[in-house]
Amino acid sequence: MKKISLKEVEDIRYTKREELDLRVNGAYEGKERHILVCRGTGCTSSNSPEILEEFNRLIKEKGIENVRVILTGCFGLCSKGPIVIVRPDDTFYSHVKPEDCQEIIEKHILGGEKVQRLLCKDVDGKIYERLDDLPFYKKQLRIALKNCGVINPENIEEYIAFDGFKALEKVLTSMTQDEVIQEILDSGLRGRGGAGFPTGKKWGFVKIEEEKEKYVVCNADEGDPGAFMDRSILEGDPHSVIEAMAIAGYAVGAQRGFIYVRAEYPIAVQRLRTAIEQEREYGFLGENIFGTDFSFDVEVRLGAGAFVCGEETALLESIEGRRGQPRLKPPFPAHSGLWGKPTLINNVETYANITRIILNGAKWYASIGTETSKGTKVFALGGNVNNVGLVEVPMGTTLREIVYDIGGGIPKGRAFKAAQTGGPSGGCIPEQYLDVKIDYESLKEIGCMMGSGGLIVMDDTKCMVNIAKFYLDFTVSESCGKCTPCRIGTKRMYEILEKICQGQGTEEDLENLDTLAHGVAKASVCGLGQTAPNPVLSTMRFFKDEYIEHVHDKNCRAKECKELTKIEIDPQKCKGCHMCTKVCPVNAINGEIGKVHEIDQSKCIKCRSCMATCPFKAIG
Amino acid sequence: MAEDITKTCPYKRAKEETLAICEKYPKKEDSLIGILNEIQEKYGYIPEACQMVTAEYLEIPLAKVYGVITFYSRFTTVPKGEYDVSICMGTACFVKGAKELLEAAKVKLKINEGETSADQRFSLETMRCVGACGLAPVFTINDKVYGNATVKSLNEELDKLIQKDN
Repeated sequence: MKKISLKEVEDIRYTKREELDLRVNGAYEGKERHILVCRGTGCTSSNSPEILEEFNRLIKEKGIENVRVILTGCFGLCSKGPIVIVRPDDTFYSHVKPEDCQEIIEKHILGGEKVQRLLCKDVDGKIYERLDDLPFYKKQLRIALKNCGVINPENIEEYIAFDGFKALEKVLTSMTQDEVIQEILDSGLRGRGGAGFPTGKKWGFVKIEEEKEKYVVCNADEGDPGAFMDRSILEGDPHSVIEAMAIAGYAVGAQRGFIYVRAEYPIAVQRLRTAIEQEREYGFLGENIFGTDFSFDVEVRLGAGAFVCGEETALLESIEGRRGQPRLKPPFPAHSGLWGKPTLINNVETYANITRIILNGAKWYASIGTETSKGTKVFALGGNVNNVGLVEVPMGTTLREIVYDIGGGIPKGRAFKAAQTGGPSGGCIPEQYLDVKIDYESLKEIGCMMGSGGLIVMDDTKCMVNIAKFYLDFTVSESCGKCTPCRIGTKRMYEILEKICQGQGTEEDLENLDTLAHGVAKASVCGLGQTAPNPVLSTMRFFKDEYIEHVHDKNCRAKECKELTKIEIDPQKCKGCHMCTKVCPVNAINGEIGKVHEIDQSKCIKCRSCMATCPFKAIG
Repeated sequence: MAEDITKTCPYKRAKEETLAICEKYPKKEDSLIGILNEIQEKYGYIPEACQMVTAEYLEIPLAKVYGVITFYSRFTTVPKGEYDVSICMGTACFVKGAKELLEAAKVKLKINEGETSADQRFSLETMRCVGACGLAPVFTINDKVYGNATVKSLNEELDKLIQKDN
């Protein structure tokens, strides 16, 4: 085992940093170039491993020197993936295929001329040569994601080069436990898992406990469908989370840490394991870190697909090897957590902010954001928006800025209908609140919540009743069954919504739905049940007219509720081109070429493939 | 994948293989989920024989093992088909038409969600977010992710597999 000394760490930091400076400093004059290839889950799914291999093969084959191919975490702009960035000239190539590598090497690397056809085109069709010029990045401020897409997450020395373990060193060699906690408190950092509890306070609660054995837990059970912030941080910068856990361990007096991560995130799990191994080898984890008497080690524990395990006490049950059913609070985990011992539980993104706060100071952090919500928030921007991806913005940024300036607006020129935050626990924000400033309080005021950071944009083809039903379906199947209001209440609510979507809803149903929603929210044991009615309550508040249309007029304006819609061909527009008959999976469309087609309603499954295919927009 | 080891071999092999997995973990209750995850990955499901061995090794009741298996959606007790088709039902995919994909897959494979075809060739599932939301909607076949999917692209992929070996 090679434990390295403080001096050696400093040496690595200095020499390695010089070598990597070209990644952040565009003005670098040297001859070396780095080709960064995204290996986050999104780009990996669309063949980025092959791209990485192909670059390496070409460089070897052509004997090119001074060029290195680097695997990195997520760059954020997932909808343009697979992404390749060439530094130091900051060239941003989008939708790269393995067969494009040769052209990039020959034209750009050897010829010094950028490959125009692969450069990133923005929504307006404008071509952007440099990453920093892209509107997507303009309003972002990267603190938690600072290293994502910059360093190779599987190489600990690259992390060290970008101030890695400097915060841990500072804490262990020059700060008392209380000073660390005070610093976090002063920064104003609040839990990024969604509830927004002040992080420093939580640390303080665990510290004052007199038990000898304490634990630090990282909640990486990101179960919210459509959210991938934590995953991207773990994939792109795992060391920052582990370092922060060690800092937390020192501050609260714990020696063991657990990272509870979804087994559905194989890349994140593998990177975490690699990172832990490397840290043990270098002596950043283990006995007597930096020669002090502080010892700390971390273990990875896998979840197995249960959304409720994101709830802190259910998560503890799961780590202990049981069904993930929440415990009654109090006692809170800070007092009695894992195996009955005081336990600190924070979310991945919360930890990712810690090292920056320690290094840059609480004052710096508190200067970003709004009065009550400090710092930045990472969002997984998805749904009907042009730039799907990972964004980090200062608290107080408006929803409009996120959707239109960063997200590039709604595809196909459609209208914005709602944005959903907080996943199955959150609510929908309608158009009239597009200018709401994103922070914990403002979102709460309009019946939504910050949540962990899923932000799904919906256009006017979405039926809000159906969306509420979708989330309820999720909570029904994820309810752990421990308490009655959640187990049965959510099911009854789902049944009412189903009835409404099938055109059998009555006015009484709407009343019952409202009563039930309030009851479930009040009487459930844990956060899952307490927040499960939010999608229903917020859609009923802002889109009441759609509910009423479903009940009274038996009409679904978005044409999503099958029983309330009929897909028909407009005989005036149909040219009989046969395109629709080819895509219909159930052969429900009849008609000869050149003659008006007709849909057999008894066969039609309303999959809407024909609508998407028709070149004359004759089907609706 | 999807080899029903209780059919092809007796309890003995399952016992040996499961024991080898178990022994990587300390004999404590909190090892259970880690062990089950490995068994699930190895066989694609958790056969009864393996459950018994795990219970014996950890010295906990079989009912407890079974209780944990049924609680977590990643664990299954029935083998999956040769091709495990999974449609992502995360919100990002849902708003981009994942439901249409599911309907089309049901029609094409003639099985419902959660079922395996009689010839053991296909199983159809829905899943919660693979995290490739930038490519929404997505479906996976044996862990390979197909992004920006349409009913057409799904049908094409399935047709390829249906025609294979036929």
